[in-house]
This record gives sequence, structure tokens and C-alpha cells, in this order.
Amino acid sequence: MINSKLSTLYLSLIICLLLSSCKNNNTNETNNYKDPAKIVLAGTMEAELTAPPKVPAPVGDRPAKKLLVNMEILEEQGTMTDGVEYVYWTFGGTVPGSFIRTRVGDEVEFTLSNHPDNKLPHNIDLHAVTGPGGGATSSFVAPGHEKKFNFKTINPGLYVYHCATAPVGMHIANGMYGLILVEPEGGLPPVDKEYYIMQGDFYTKGENGDPGLQPFDMKKAIDEDADYVVFNGSVGALTGENAITANVGETVRLFVGNGGPNLTSSFHVIGEIFDNVHIEGGSVINKDVQTTTIPAGGAAIVDFKVDVPGTFILVDHAIFRAFNKGALGMLKVSGEENKRIYSGVVQEGIYNPEGGTIQTMPDDNSTIKVNKSKGEKSLAEKMKSGKQIYAKTCFACHQAEGQGIANAFPPLANSDYLNADVKRAIDIVLNGKTGEITVNGKKYNSVMTKQTLTDEEVADVMTYIYNSWGNNKTNVKVSTVMEVKSMH
Amino acid sequence: MTIFRLAFCLLAFWVIDSNCQSEMVNIKGGSYIPLYGRDSLKVSISDFKMDIYPVTNQEFQEFVKKNPKWKRSQVKRIFADANYLQNWESDTELNENQQLNAPITNVSWFAAKAYCECQGKRLPTLDEWEYVAMADKKSIDARRNKNYNEFILGWYEKPKTFNNEIGSTFKNYWNIYDLHGLVWEWTLDFNSVLISGESRKDVDTDNNLFCGSAAIGSSDLMNYAAFMRYAIRGSLKAKYAMKNLGFRCAKNINENE
Repeated sequence: MINSKLSTLYLSLIICLLLSSCKNNNTNETNNYKDPAKIVLAGTMEAELTAPPKVPAPVGDRPAKKLLVNMEILEEQGTMTDGVEYVYWTFGGTVPGSFIRTRVGDEVEFTLSNHPDNKLPHNIDLHAVTGPGGGATSSFVAPGHEKKFNFKTINPGLYVYHCATAPVGMHIANGMYGLILVEPEGGLPPVDKEYYIMQGDFYTKGENGDPGLQPFDMKKAIDEDADYVVFNGSVGALTGENAITANVGETVRLFVGNGGPNLTSSFHVIGEIFDNVHIEGGSVINKDVQTTTIPAGGAAIVDFKVDVPGTFILVDHAIFRAFNKGALGMLKVSGEENKRIYSGVVQEGIYNPEGGTIQTMPDDNSTIKVNKSKGEKSLAEKMKSGKQIYAKTCFACHQAEGQGIANAFPPLANSDYLNADVKRAIDIVLNGKTGEITVNGKKYNSVMTKQTLTDEEVADVMTYIYNSWGNNKTNVKVSTVMEVKSMH
Repeated sequence: MTIFRLAFCLLAFWVIDSNCQSEMVNIKGGSYIPLYGRDSLKVSISDFKMDIYPVTNQEFQEFVKKNPKWKRSQVKRIFADANYLQNWESDTELNENQQLNAPITNVSWFAAKAYCECQGKRLPTLDEWEYVAMADKKSIDARRNKNYNEFILGWYEKPKTFNNEIGSTFKNYWNIYDLHGLVWEWTLDFNSVLISGESRKDVDTDNNLFCGSAAIGSSDLMNYAAFMRYAIRGSLKAKYAMKNLGFRCAKNINENE
């Protein structure tokens, strides 16, 4: 007994020495190092928990307290994307789970309740916990029961929490993860907007888009062959009406986590540069970052000032995940244009390198060479050519089967908007389209750039689109394309 | 006259049917390697009898009426926690949404054990239960069968199966119903395989568990369907009552024959 006490003493002495020597080496460290375990608590408060993308109010300069966190585990069916349902296992009813905000020195009294309707036991491993299993052993709880445990927040940073019940991978793959923030004393520097985003990969029996209630697929999970890679639990959780917002001139802070279970995120906001990144959610700050790596079971805090209005797309820059598996979000910034920072299109012209494969675009006034005297192609020829053009030009946004991407890019398959007006559709391909349109009852507000295609190519690809996926089988003539072009 | 006969038939059918519910079948013993083999060895099972169906709400209701000490209001808290029969309308009445023929749930291990003993039976051991439950319709050990595993896994995603009637899942090789797909079931020694709930720790420290599963050379699919069952058992205490947890009884074969 005495012996063990002595050795503990000895050990802590060594640790103290190590710590102080570290501190001496690091001249930037001016804070007085306080042992967080010895911070005196000033009262008790109930923690504010928020569903994503919201975060609780900053800790500011509040003293360390006893913080009561009550979290409920719910197994419930939800929507992965239009027509696709999935049984999620959640902390607090959302994926990711409720955001927990603490400060260094808080003593968290954590109550984990497992809803009686649930079938399975669960637990929680918080990476912010210093202790065996991160709390998992102490929180293993059967349905219809609750467990309570306490921990002290010692290290500031942004931490992942997740379920660690066997099979761990499955519990995480079904959505059992979230973030807990431990702010330093005095809090993080204030910003205008804060949001909570967490990436996760999902493995379903059916392929991406296969309709109905999709069960979890263990084999695909082991093979790391994800059907969905999404922000905040579902495709479209952060797009369209669910987009996060800010005003020009504001500073936006994103608490970004990655639940995994498998994939590392290359988190990027298209058209923005992160002014500050707390690398891996820790204390080191990197500046002027384009894309930050967020490992599975890790997090990052990024902030940036938004200078110009528009829609900024949040992606996992492993880009097929963004455009084909759902890892896409939107930040809508409103306010005055600032042409000094971003001009928009100033001039457009035709780039025509010699010998390249890029098609020549005809002058408006010259006569148009139509397919070297052969006249109009047959439907089969058009379909063949159109399919290739589609794969090169349209596929990325409108997708392989013309299904589009919910809330971002409208569908071409079975599209009422498309079938209603052929000339309007040609005009959009020739001249692009900005602003809100309604397709099959859903609103889209995106930008389609004008496409650099010859009249013949436009006719081919339009014919292909109109003769695929349940559309009205219009055979688009080159002459019609020319007619539309001449209307401008 | 015809009506009379029909009524008689129906009555006879009903009697047989209700007898069936507590009827048992013989299980021929054998040996098998459990997911968590103790010392990676085969476990031998002696011949025994097992209930064809889980115990129903109605059967348990009758038991409670005859044994007032197992009424919700009178049970000792150390034998059943506050969830015990929590969804019943009163001490002896089910609520309106509960079916007589659905499995009894929200009962503690103590209550389940007492019920079986009252019938001259006992709870099945974990090994007995697993031995019978590894069968599908056709084979004694279907644990490597994809459909068998998918059925079990599918159940994890089906809500509120506790209110389905007994006999609504498949009849297995032993003519036993509902081992998978309805409710979890208590076993006599439910916590004899210790899982801390921290599965990573389980792997690390309990070499028996780890080697046991490795020795089977089992597919991951098989592991994870069964893992969940061991996990739920590991999370239980004998006084716990849960909405998705019921039981059935077993009996030694040479007793009272």
C-alpha cells in the first residue's frame, strides 16, 4: 500500500518534471499551467445540447462548473435520401448526436439513457475523457435503463464521442457519433456564426439510390465500400432549405467532425479559404488552408471570414464522395457584391487550341457547317454520340441515370420541366441558367454554366436525354438548336 | 347441428392450440463450439426439453394471479426493477395494446426463473439456448448460412416485434419457434460469458473469448449477428426488466418422466 503510494508520488514527480521541462522549451506558452483537475467548481448547471447544425452558446468567461449532461439513445428509422430509408442508431435522436459544449475544468456528470423501445445495449466513449475506455465501460447500458458517470475535462479541444459496444463498427456505421467541445479558459475567440457538421460513411444492402428501407451491410463496411458518404447523417442535410447561412463580412466557425467508421475526410469549402484551422481539433492553429484532413474519429475547428455573397459548397474533396455519394453541403452567404474580391464573369470568348479535341464553336454570323453534307444523323447515331457527350459534360451534376442530386442539381430523368419546353431546355444548355426553378415539385436554386458544345453536339446530347429515363422522346434537330441560338 | 359441430371443433382446436403453447419438444443433445468457447472447446449438451414457444402475456398473467408476490406492486425491488410489467394496465391486467398471445416481456430473471420453477421446469442454460437457436428450418447448425444470419440481423432493425404473436417466426429444425425475430430471451446463466460492454477491452484482456471466436474461424457476418446477443446479455442484471426481453422454459429429460 505504502509502496504503491510512494511509486505514484514518484511517478507524478517525474510527470511534473517532464511537463515543466516541456514548458521551458516552449517559449510561446505564456499561460500559467493550472492543473485542470484542481480547478474549483463554481456551482452546477445543466448542459445545453443541440441538434446539428446548431451549436450551444459559447462558454465565454464562465467559471468551471459541474455540468449535467443528459443524453438519450434512440434507434429510429430516418431518411437517407429521397425514397431511401435507414434505421439509425442515435445519441439524442440525430446523426451526428447532440453537440456538447464544455470548458476546461468542468466536471461533467454524464447520464446515458437507453430508450425502452431499443433492442440493443449501448455505451459511449468520449475522446474528451481521460480514463479507461473513455467512459465506455462505465456507461454500458441495457434498453430501458440509464447509467451515470463523471469525468473532468482536462485538455481543451474538439473531440469525437461514439458508441463502443460490439460490434463497434456497426454501431458507428449506424450513426452513433457526435462531438464534444472543451473550450479553453475564457473560451474560443468570438465569431459571428458557428455550425456543427459531421461526416459519416454508410453501407447499405442496395446500391446508392436503391429505394426502400435499406439494411446495414456488414460486408461492404468491412470492404470500406461506402454507398453513402454524407454530412450530418443524410444526403441533403445541409443543402437547399437546410443550408447553413451567413452574411457578407461575418466570420464563420465550423466544428467539423468525422464519425467514419472508415473514411478520412478531405474537408473543403469550394470558394473559401480557411483563415484558421485547429488541426485535428487540437491547439495548433494552421492558417490559410484550402483542404483539411479529418481522420475517422477525429475533428477540426475551422473559421473563415465570408467576403462575397453566393453559395459555397462544402465537400469531401475526395470528390466522387461529394457528387456521387452525398458528401455535399451548402453555405449561403447573402449581402453586397464585392467586385474587388470576386468579379464574376468579365468577358467570355472561345479558346481554340490547334489540334486539340475541343470542338470549334461557330461564329454567330458565319454559315454553319452541318456535319459535312451528310445532313441530319440517324437517331441511333445521335444516341451514341449523345451518350458520350453526356458522360463528359453533364454526368457530374445530373448523374449517370439523370437522377440529379437532391436539393443541388435537378433531375433530367422523368423531368416535367425538361419535357415541358424543348427550346427552353436547348437555351439553358447554350446559355446557362441561374436562379430558382421547380422540377418535379422540388425547388432548385443553382447555377448551370453555359456549355461549350457545337450545335450538333447539343442536338445529340439533348436527343439522348429526351430519349432516356422516361422522357418524351423528342428528336432534337440541329436546325432547332440553330433556331434557338438565333433568338438571342 | 352443423353449427354445434363447428363450435365443438373450434373449441377442440382452441384447447389443443392453447396446450401447444406450453408444450415442449425433446432436444437431442450433442456438442457444439459456441461463439465464445470456453478454452476453445466443444460444449456438450445433454438431451433436454424446451418450450416450443416463448411464455406469453396470458400465461404470465395467470401466474401472477396465482402468485401475488410477483405482482408489480408487491414484487421486491431486488428481484425486479421499476420496469417490471411496467406496461401493464394494473397488477393483473394487460394494457389494451398488448396481445394475450404475444410474448411476455418486461420481466426480470428472478421472475422468469420463478415462473419456470412453478411449472416444474427451469430456464434453459445459455449453452442449451444457443445450441437450439443455431438451427434454421432444415439444419442443426445454420450459423454459416447467409439467410439465417440475415434474418437475425434484419430483426435488429424491425421495431416493436415484442407485440407480435408467438409462432409468427420460423419453426426450426427442432420444431421450436421464435428463438430469433421476436424478443431476446433470458437464460439461466445469462451472464456466464462476461462482456464488459467495452468490446475492445474484451478482445484485449479476455483471451478465452478472443481465442474462442478465432478458433471457430467464423465469418464476420456470423460473429456480428451473435455478438449482439452476447452484448445484450452482458448488459443485463438479474433484476432488470426490458421491453424486448422475454423467456421460455426448459426441463431435464429424465425428471418426472
